[in-house]
Amino acid sequence: MTRIPRRLAAKIRVVCGVGSVYQGGMLPKHSGGGVRLTGLALIALGCGGGGHAPAPALPVAAKNALLTPRDFSAIADRDDRARAIFVEASRVMLHPRCKNCHPAGDSPAQGDHGRPHDPPVARGPEDTGVPALECTSCHQDRNAELARVPGAPNWHLAPIAMAWEGKTPGALCAQLKDRERNGDKSLREIVEHAASDELVAWGWAPGHDREPAPGTQAAFAALVDAWVNEGAACPKDEVKR
Amino acid sequence: MTVRLRVNGIDRELDVDPETPLLWALRDALGLTGTKYGCGEALCGACTVHLDGEVVRSCVTPVRRAAGKQVTTIEGLSPDGSHPLQRAWVELGVPQCGFCQAGQIMSAAALLAKKPKPTDAEIDRSLSGNLCRCGTYLRIRAAVKKAAGEP
Repeated sequence: MTRIPRRLAAKIRVVCGVGSVYQGGMLPKHSGGGVRLTGLALIALGCGGGGHAPAPALPVAAKNALLTPRDFSAIADRDDRARAIFVEASRVMLHPRCKNCHPAGDSPAQGDHGRPHDPPVARGPEDTGVPALECTSCHQDRNAELARVPGAPNWHLAPIAMAWEGKTPGALCAQLKDRERNGDKSLREIVEHAASDELVAWGWAPGHDREPAPGTQAAFAALVDAWVNEGAACPKDEVKR
Repeated sequence: MTVRLRVNGIDRELDVDPETPLLWALRDALGLTGTKYGCGEALCGACTVHLDGEVVRSCVTPVRRAAGKQVTTIEGLSPDGSHPLQRAWVELGVPQCGFCQAGQIMSAAALLAKKPKPTDAEIDRSLSGNLCRCGTYLRIRAAVKKAAGEP
């Protein structure tokens, strides 16, 4: 019996539907709580049979860590490899540190459970708040530890076209590749944004007892870079994580 | 470290730690006690001042952010308390205990500077970060509209 976390169970559903990428022994293992799936259950999820030879197991990644692009090298098909890498990278983008300020509505969330922002702020026409209640009325260029107010340069909401709240990895992937919904960025520019943007960097240094996004910015950027280099295929999921 | 800033039209040099909250530079170093300390976490709005015309919560704003900039406090909103908002506040008897009112007025002044004729919804949205434990919100909104010359 293989013990895997709930989000990985979702990942299995996500990826297996597109070509049985994760099969039996090659499932990446993440430490921490989760659900138990037997080989039979994996088959029921679409991951069994098909004539694929068992592949070696992927390394263990802790809940707060990321697998590296090299960890996916056992996946033979290039598109499947890109899909699996993207799903791993999406653990960062769909983490509360990132998702909270990519809301689907007019107000951000806060905390680790998506509770409404307090005070009740609105995105405003420029995604920087409304007159007299701008994001930078309170958020500084760095975390205010004593006051517990998070901060980083250029603190603002992602435009509504870049909403990540409620997105599946597949939908998120399609969105990132759509210049109408990604800030008119090329895939190379998205890699650069992931690697060096200061507001993105805050996700791994959120201050005051906030859970950082998994891994590091460099590890995240390496995954995004590898996804692009592998052809940037998107997971064909519509499974809500 | 010396921080140079302009407060209510007067150039100031403050010998303070640059990470000192602007609120304490104003209150302790300059004696401008009209700006209030409420929560210390940017949650109540009592410490609201203007930095180059933009609202900031001075309790969480390091004084280094104000270096070289114009700071306006309730004392500097008008030379003699005659800002339209201050007049409306008096005419409608807005305050109850009064503790939050400097912050309310500073936020309202920033709103009117950008939206001279705000709707009720715009007033509510822009002032939603300014709490009033006495619950004078209806009078606050009425006074903002009065200052804006709206019915």
